[in-house]
Amino acid sequence: MSQSFDDISAQLKRRHRKSARLKWISMGALGLAGLFLVLFFADMLVKGLPAFKQAQIQVQVDYSEQASQLPLAAVNEDVRSLVSRGYLRLIPGRMEDNPDLLGTTRLEWVLADGQVDQYLKGHHSKLKASEQAVVDRLVEQGRAELRFNTTFFTRGDSKMPELTGIASAAMGTLLTLLVTLAVAFPIGVMTAVYLEEFAPDNRFTQAIEININNLAAIPSILFGLLGLAIFINFFGVPRSSPLVGGLTLALMTLPVIIIATRTALRSVPESIRHAAFGVGCSRWQVVRDHVLPLALPGIMTGSIIGLAQAMGETAPLIIVGMVAFIPDVTTSFTEAATVLPAQIFTWAGEPDRAFIEKTSGGILVLLTVLITLNATAVVLRKKFERRW
Amino acid sequence: MNMQVAERSSAPMSAQHRSGQDGPGQQNREQQRGQPVTRNDDAHHELSIRVRDLNLWYGQSQALKGIDIDVFQKNVTALIGPSGCGKSTFLRCLNRMNDLIPNVRIEGLVEMDGRDVNAVKMDEVALRRRVGMVFQKPNPFPKSIYENVAYAPRMHDLVGRKSDQDELVERALRDAGLWEEVKDKLHQPGTSLSGGQQQRLCIARAIAVQPDVILMDEPTSALDPISTATIEDLMDKLKQQFTIITVTHNMQQAARVADYTAFFHLGEIIEYNDTKTMFSNPHTKKTEDYITGRYG
Repeated sequence: MSQSFDDISAQLKRRHRKSARLKWISMGALGLAGLFLVLFFADMLVKGLPAFKQAQIQVQVDYSEQASQLPLAAVNEDVRSLVSRGYLRLIPGRMEDNPDLLGTTRLEWVLADGQVDQYLKGHHSKLKASEQAVVDRLVEQGRAELRFNTTFFTRGDSKMPELTGIASAAMGTLLTLLVTLAVAFPIGVMTAVYLEEFAPDNRFTQAIEININNLAAIPSILFGLLGLAIFINFFGVPRSSPLVGGLTLALMTLPVIIIATRTALRSVPESIRHAAFGVGCSRWQVVRDHVLPLALPGIMTGSIIGLAQAMGETAPLIIVGMVAFIPDVTTSFTEAATVLPAQIFTWAGEPDRAFIEKTSGGILVLLTVLITLNATAVVLRKKFERRW
Repeated sequence: MNMQVAERSSAPMSAQHRSGQDGPGQQNREQQRGQPVTRNDDAHHELSIRVRDLNLWYGQSQALKGIDIDVFQKNVTALIGPSGCGKSTFLRCLNRMNDLIPNVRIEGLVEMDGRDVNAVKMDEVALRRRVGMVFQKPNPFPKSIYENVAYAPRMHDLVGRKSDQDELVERALRDAGLWEEVKDKLHQPGTSLSGGQQQRLCIARAIAVQPDVILMDEPTSALDPISTATIEDLMDKLKQQFTIITVTHNMQQAARVADYTAFFHLGEIIEYNDTKTMFSNPHTKKTEDYITGRYG
């Protein structure tokens, strides 16, 4: 005897309740993940945004003969302790670069001491009561304020928070990633092309494939040890340099690029290869003229994601000496350099309270670049996505 | 010539071709190998491809068993038979597309111009330059219509100047009956055309390098009836220039377009015959059962 709709609906109730419950649990998990993300970003923004503003005060700068010898003499004694000492030390150099300054006295906005900055931002500062009074007076006169912090983007690391910047780390990251890209991209793509288009399917190639997949899952610090043993100790590549860092990260990125490229090659339909073979292409012509152009968006996407991953990597670079104090902006592949995540790591270890905002500011910069890279990958994929 | 044909065709008439039963034509068997049972007097009979005792294995399973066939130039030869009978596999032997499949073993002779196609010395690229192919599903390159046709001739250094290339593209597209439809949009992607147009583009691509033979692997099975009719008319025209070997599931199509038809079953050629005779007076029971739709 067949059942009526009502009977069946009654039986289905429990099943429907169960799926509704699971749906709510899943949505809860998503909500929780979203909440963590929002909290993280909010925390970083609140802590990091002040790093992009820095206190400056307007003082008379006296470019006298004496100031070129003793920079402290360039500003009046009453505000001397409020001006960044690091900034004052730059005065003789500026006078050398620009001889016209000699003998002049100018009213200038100069970088304030880190303590003044913290005081203006409402944090705890070590300023004495008398100094606080002077700062308050300057603020009233409009001669002390928080201004956009160009120093943060133009200078390297410093022990003085007001003079510290992300430029040397950014340059180090750029050079390192150039090396990584130049090494890992061609080797990775050609390896994948060989494995996917030329190699016979036998035990040997299967073993290689398994090992490449395993390589992608190896803790990154081991790549640092490998880099130390091979590149520094054996080949004698200069320690702490973008070259050795880039090579080490290339080892780490290689499996990611190989796997992404193989996936992209595999997604090119077999009918295109047949068509190309059918008109008499050699194997290499098939790959070069037909398969690679179609796989390129996928290869690019995978490589960008691999690079983004390498960019956020710190552990292997500790071993090859790239977590270092680098005050000058590196311009060569063989000089000592540091990278963005390493710089953040260094700042996080500084005792001075002012470095908290530098740390968060650095994270914001790193995140911005990473999000940009990943967005580029997504846009590339969407733009060139092809359906057969 | 005619005498010879008459003599040959009379002898094996009652013999069951390759069926293993003895007939009056036994003494002529060696000469008859690979020959059609009956000749089509309207057709050309210069040899294009000679196949003798061709066996093919996919791993352990044998897909082709002792295939003998002589394919004549400037004819349409249709290969028919139920699914899995080896007709597409056989077709791919003729331009060595089976090389792309791992674990394939081929024995026997496939001869073109007196050269063994499977010989180590034979370059498969050179072979495919002379034996073009059109596939079941239209597969134009994801490039422009122009580029689809011009790519192969340029690759094979058949054209030098740009004007030669333009001329060649136009000629190939005209021969494929597509020129009028696409002449104003040569630089649009080939994949933007309709299915039937795409298939004709693939034909234009194949004939652009002036091959001797065009292999067609069920060229119309993915197309609507009108596009199918267009392609069939096209095959009829193209056979004046090229030798066409086509695999088809559609017996009416074979009857319409082919001069000769070979019936494959379980990896063997059961009957190879003049198409008219094949469909009006098949020489084996199996052929008759298949073409009357008892199985397949």
